Amino acid sequence: MTSAVSLQQVSRHFGAVRAMDSVDLEIAPGEFFAMLGPSGSGKTTCLRVIAGFEQPTSGHIEIFGETAEGVPPYRRNVNTVFQDYALFPHLNVLDNVAYSLMLRKVDKVDRHRQAEDALALVKLSGYGTRRPGQLSGGQRQRVALARAIVNRPKVLLLDEPLGALDLKLRERMQDELKSLQRSLGITFIFVTHDQGEALSMADRVAVFSDGKVMQVGTPEDIYNHPNSRFVADFVGSSNVLPPDFTAAITGQRAWASLRPEAIRITPSDGAAMQGRVVARSFMGSTVRLGLDVNGVSLHAVVPASTNTTAIGDTVGVAFAPEALHLMGREA
Amino acid sequence: MTALEGGAILPRRGGIFGALSDAFWRHPKLLVFLMLTPPVLWLGIIYLGSLLALLLQSFYSLDEFSGLVVPEFTLSTYAQLFRPSNFDIIVRTVLMAAVVTIASGVVAFPIAYMAARYAKGKWKALFYLGVMLPLWSSYLVKVYAWKLILAKEGILNWVFEGLHLTPLLDAFLAIPVIGGNSLSVSYTGTFLVFLYIWLPYMILPTQAALERVPVNLIDASGDLGATPSQTFWHVIFPLALPGLVAGSIFTFSLTLGDYIIPNIVGSSRQIIGQAVYAQQGSAGNIPLAAAFTVVPIVIMGLYLWMAKRLGAFNAL
Ligand SMILES: Nc1ncnc2c1ncn2[C@@H]1O[C@H](COP(=O)(O)OP(=O)(O)O)[C@@H](O)[C@H]1O
Ligand SMILES: [Mg+2]
Repeated sequence: MTSAVSLQQVSRHFGAVRAMDSVDLEIAPGEFFAMLGPSGSGKTTCLRVIAGFEQPTSGHIEIFGETAEGVPPYRRNVNTVFQDYALFPHLNVLDNVAYSLMLRKVDKVDRHRQAEDALALVKLSGYGTRRPGQLSGGQRQRVALARAIVNRPKVLLLDEPLGALDLKLRERMQDELKSLQRSLGITFIFVTHDQGEALSMADRVAVFSDGKVMQVGTPEDIYNHPNSRFVADFVGSSNVLPPDFTAAITGQRAWASLRPEAIRITPSDGAAMQGRVVARSFMGSTVRLGLDVNGVSLHAVVPASTNTTAIGDTVGVAFAPEALHLMGREA
Repeated sequence: MTALEGGAILPRRGGIFGALSDAFWRHPKLLVFLMLTPPVLWLGIIYLGSLLALLLQSFYSLDEFSGLVVPEFTLSTYAQLFRPSNFDIIVRTVLMAAVVTIASGVVAFPIAYMAARYAKGKWKALFYLGVMLPLWSSYLVKVYAWKLILAKEGILNWVFEGLHLTPLLDAFLAIPVIGGNSLSVSYTGTFLVFLYIWLPYMILPTQAALERVPVNLIDASGDLGATPSQTFWHVIFPLALPGLVAGSIFTFSLTLGDYIIPNIVGSSRQIIGQAVYAQQGSAGNIPLAAAFTVVPIVIMGLYLWMAKRLGAFNAL
């Protein structure tokens, strides 16, 4: 099957800055795909290359099997929800949403009806006559979304669309985006620096660092089997263990990751591995402990109900050997 | 870290400024009042006051026989404006102002667009310098320079001659109304000088408005399927319109009020500024001069009202 978006060895350099460096990605039709990475890792550049705002320095791009290099944005059936929404201030909400239909000379009655439908889809019926300036951040975000989907594009690009929203609203929008994507069947490519958001929403995740794709996989894959220290560090809050530490347990010298939830706290007497509690924070149902195990710092997340440790205590530290995930790459 | 001396509340700063700072902080309205009073007095008394005095004068009339102003309320002075000789002046002036404004917009827009979208750093400084430099030299010098350029013995005629295009120029000058003996005594000459002198007032606000059009709106428009020309007409132009309107207010009202340029470069038929000058000077008809002065104010009011109705300020 042809990919919705296929990037083959795509690079985009700005002078000496390699914003994208030999990126290979295959994104399947109908997929909810997340690009995850810290600020400056090249996610926006990657989206802009797909949308056509940036031309790749080298490499090949296909959108549904068709070559996209050199094709201007207005000829790509790809729409973007911009990070700061980019709503037209001189048009009201309805005309913003109907903008792409107006360009295609759909007559006024028809395009306003379609725009109303799109507004209904994002639960903003009746807001058509307002100006973007009269809306809250969450509402603007929905207008931007309605404007981008009114045309039913082949691919929808979303650049940190929830970044500016407060936590409550963000969680609700996450659910709504997900169900919208399912009902429309459009390929979503979603950029975020929030690992929780990427893992909870996406079918697959690509982790970016310094313009390179470090790992592509399902959220479970990325979370449980990070292939590098960077991914382990960045995705969630894995413990990254140095080769010496790993060797003592498995006999193999390699970097390894260990999920905080995999660690159990046992009485210190007779424990094979002992550590000192150096930090403790209460998280509600769980407690997050900072441990010092022979100079290696680990953190553990344990159920609050059974934990009575205090800072300075010496405790036993245990985990199943299988929980230790050896990483191929040293990076 | 250096610890501050004393307790959690610092002592009041000494001197009159310390006391003033505290007083203003406690009564912010006092500061606003003190800062606003001089400009409000200036605007209210000197500016609006003189305008009102002018308005008042326009409702007086001139006694035809004694040549004295009769300070009694009458609309007869305004009625005089509609005499053919005076009304022609008004129509001529408005037409001139409209043509100058449209031409300024057409010439200024590409310059402003280039400066706003493409000029960076050094080039931007050069742009500002280029646009403002003419404003720093004397207005009279520039107008007289233009008189020389446009005169029969001037450089323009010389260029046309060199290119063997003199018949073309002569054919143009033969056109009634806009032509004349030479460009320097024609309406076309007046128009060219107005265009030159007022152009910076059109470029600067237009450039400022274009500069404020966010690049991501242009991206968004293209993303939604707009070709560059569609983006221009549906996004860039509407967002730059308030700037163009601001510029046109300058060019339009400055042309309506000017009397020096048409005196130096132009035909013998007057425009409003010259009429005002003549009425209040040699003719001593202050009421009619005042009535003439009210005309540009009314026209500008109508113009702004129309611009607003047409949505020129929607992007503000
Ligand atoms: N137009 C540009 N000119 C120069 N450098 C750029 C440009 N766009 C992006 N960059 C650089 O490319 C890198 C990646 O940027 P970006 O794609 O915006 O990252 P992200 O979206 O992951 O935060 C950054 O170092 C950024 O400074
Ligand atoms: Mg970004």
